Amino acid sequence: MKKQSRRDFLKVVAVGAGVVAGTAATAGASEKLVVNNEEVGMLYDATKCVGCKACMSACKRVNRDYGSLSYEKASFDSDGLWDAPSDLDGSTRTLIKLFKESNQRWSYVKYSCMHCQKPSCVSVCPVSAMTKEKVTGIVDYNKNTCIGCRYCQVACPYNIPKFQWEKAIPQIVKCDLCKNTNLREKGISACAETCPAGAIKFGKRKDLLEEAHQRLLENPDRYIAHVYGEHEGGGTNHMYLAAMPFNKLGLPEIKPEAPAEFSEKIQHTIYKGFIAPVALYSTLCFIAVKNMKGHGKEGHDSHDKEES
Amino acid sequence: MSHHQDEYQRLEGKIFTKAFWILLLTVMVGFFFVGVRYVKGIGAVSNMSDGYPWGIWITYDVATGTAIACGGYAVAILVYIRNRMQYHPLIRSAILTSMFGYGLAGFSVMVDLGRPWNAYNFFIPSKWQANSAMFEVALCVMAYSTVLIIEFIPAILTSIENSKWETMHRVRDWLHPKIAPDPDDMVDKLEAVRLGAAWLKPRLNKVLIFFIVLGITLPTMHQSSLGSLLLIASTKLHPLWHTGFLPLLFLLNCIFIGYAIAILESLISCYSFKRPYETEELSGLANLIPYVTVIWLSVVVGDLIWRGQVGAALKGDFYSGFFLTEFLLVAVGSLLLFVKKMRHSPRWLFVSAAMIVLGGALYRFNVYLIGFNPGKGWRYFPSFAEIMITVGIVALEILGYKVFVALFPVLPNTHGHGGKMRKKLEPEQKEHAPLPKAA
Repeated sequence: MKKQSRRDFLKVVAVGAGVVAGTAATAGASEKLVVNNEEVGMLYDATKCVGCKACMSACKRVNRDYGSLSYEKASFDSDGLWDAPSDLDGSTRTLIKLFKESNQRWSYVKYSCMHCQKPSCVSVCPVSAMTKEKVTGIVDYNKNTCIGCRYCQVACPYNIPKFQWEKAIPQIVKCDLCKNTNLREKGISACAETCPAGAIKFGKRKDLLEEAHQRLLENPDRYIAHVYGEHEGGGTNHMYLAAMPFNKLGLPEIKPEAPAEFSEKIQHTIYKGFIAPVALYSTLCFIAVKNMKGHGKEGHDSHDKEES
Repeated sequence: MSHHQDEYQRLEGKIFTKAFWILLLTVMVGFFFVGVRYVKGIGAVSNMSDGYPWGIWITYDVATGTAIACGGYAVAILVYIRNRMQYHPLIRSAILTSMFGYGLAGFSVMVDLGRPWNAYNFFIPSKWQANSAMFEVALCVMAYSTVLIIEFIPAILTSIENSKWETMHRVRDWLHPKIAPDPDDMVDKLEAVRLGAAWLKPRLNKVLIFFIVLGITLPTMHQSSLGSLLLIASTKLHPLWHTGFLPLLFLLNCIFIGYAIAILESLISCYSFKRPYETEELSGLANLIPYVTVIWLSVVVGDLIWRGQVGAALKGDFYSGFFLTEFLLVAVGSLLLFVKKMRHSPRWLFVSAAMIVLGGALYRFNVYLIGFNPGKGWRYFPSFAEIMITVGIVALEILGYKVFVALFPVLPNTHGHGGKMRKKLEPEQKEHAPLPKAA
C-alpha cells in the first residue's frame, strides 16, 4: 500500500512537472518579432549635444501639469535656485548627464523612454495601463488605470519608468513623446523642438535609422560604429549615436531578443487557450471524486468529507 | 448533536494570554506604519527605490509568504489526490494557515500598491492583459483566497451549531434594558441561525470536494506564475536564477515548502499548546519531501549545466554564496529525511523541516531580491518601518491562528487520534466549559 501510493504520488508530481517543463522546453520556436519602421521616435547624437539642458526645461514646462512633473531641489541648494534632479525620477522625464572619463574625454548623454518595439512594460502591466500606440508606436501610460504595482519598473531593462515614492497619491512617470501636449499641438516632441544644437532629431524610425547610418558613414572617426537602439531588446524607437562606448554612458548592453518575447512565449505556452488549467482541474476532480467514493463505501465512521 | 465531529476539536484554554497581548502590540506597531504609508507615501516608510521597486513586502509577504501558506495545498494533494485519508486530521489547520497566509498576502499587496483604488480594473475584461504573469497571479490568488474561506466554512458552521451563545447573552445582560433585545426574541433568532447553519452544512459538504480540487488547481497555476513574474527581468536577475524553468522551480518549491511547513506547524502548535506530537503522520509526510526536493535539485543542477553556469555557482562570490546556502539547506535537510530514525524523532523532523523551509524561502528571496541587480548605484535594504509592517502582518497571522483554533474545531482531535474516533461526546462537553469568552 505504502509503496503503491508513493508511486502514485510521484506520478502526480511527474505529470504536473512534465506539463510545465515541456512547455518551457518547447517555448523556443514561435513567431518572430516584426520591426515596424513607420513608428515615430528620436535620434539623440551625443557628439552634437552641448549640454545646455534646454530639452530638460522644455520637457518640464510642457508636461508639468499633464505629466505630474515638478521642480526638484538638490541637497546643496538651500536657497532653492536650481531645478536639479540627480536622475530620472517621479518629477523628471528626461535628463542630461555628463560622463567624464578624463578632462579631455567626456560625453553628454540624454535619458528618456526608449519606446521599444516590443516594450517589456506593456507586456507585464496587469491592467493595460501601459500601452503601445498602434500607428505611432508611442509607449504611453494611463494613470487612471494604473494600480501602482511597479512591475513595469522591474521589467524595464533601461530602468525608465519612475515612481513617485514621496506622494500619497503616486503615479508612474515616463516620457510619452509629448503625445498629449507638444506632439498634439506642434507635431514634435518638446525636447527635439527646443534643442539648439540639433542633437535630437524627431521623426519616423526608418528616417532616423537612415540618418544615423549616413552620419556613421560620413564621419567614421567621430562615432562608435553602432546605432544604439537599432537592435537592442528587439529594437527601440529612441536611438543613440555617441563617441564613447554606450555602456559607459549608462546605457546597458542588451541582447537583440526582446525580453518580453522570452517571457510571453513561456506564459502563452502554459496557458494556451486555457486548456492546461481546465484539463488539470477536470483530471484532479475525477481522481478526487473517485477517492471520496471509495472512502464512502469503506465505512462512514472516520473519514468523511471536510466536516461530517 | 455534536456527535459527528470528533476528527477535529477546539483548543481548550484561554485566548487572552500574555502572548496574545504581545502579538497584538506588534500588530498595532505595524499598522501604525501602514497608516503613515497611506498619509505620506510609500517612500516615507520604505527603502524601496526606482531600482528596487519591489522590497520585502512583495518578496516576503507575497512571494515567500504564499509558499509558506502552501501547507493547505500540499496536504490537500496528499489527502484528496493521493488518497491518503489518514492525513485528513491535519488538513483543517493547514487550510487555516493558508487562509491567513493568502489573506494577509493580499492585504500587504494593498499596502504595497501605489494606486490600490484602481485595483477594480482586474475585474474589467477590457483591461485584462493575459501576457502579464502578474495578472494571472492576481486573479488566481483572489480566487484561491475565496476558495480557502469556503473550505473553512464547515468549521465555522459546526461552531455555530454547537454554540451556547454565552457571550451574546452576557452582552445582552450588560446592555441597558431599554436598548437590549427581548431575550425570548433573541433566543428564537439565534435558534434560526443555528438551524440555518445545520441546513447549510450537509449541502455545502456535498459540493465541497469541487472547491477543494479548485483549491489544488489554483495554487498550481499561480505558484508557477510567481516564478514567471521574473522571466522578463533577463538583464537584471543574476544568471544563476534566471532560467526558463523558473515557473517549474517555483511550483516544486512551493510543494516541498508546503509539506515541510505542515510538519513545522504541527510540531510547533503541539509544543506550544502542549498536545502530543503527531509523529506517525508527520514522518509519513516527511517521507514524501525528498522525492520533490530531489526533482527540484536535479532541475536546478541540470539547468545550470545546460546553461553553462556551474562555474558561477561555485565562484565563491556574493551570489554564489547565497546560491550555495539555498541549495545546501534544501539538500542537507532532505538527506536527513532519508534516515528512518530521524524521520521518527520530533527533534530531527523539526531541524530538517526548518532547513528545507529556510532553503526554499531563501530561493525565493534570491530570485526576487538578492539575485536582482538593476544596475550600478542601486542598493536596497529594508527600513525599520518596512520590516515592522511585515512583522506586524506576520504577527496578525499568528494571532488570527491562535484565536481561530480556540473558536473553531481546527486542530486534530487528540482523543480520537488520526481520525480514529474513540471517545465521542467527552471532548465536546469539555470544550465549552473553560471557554466562556469564545462562545
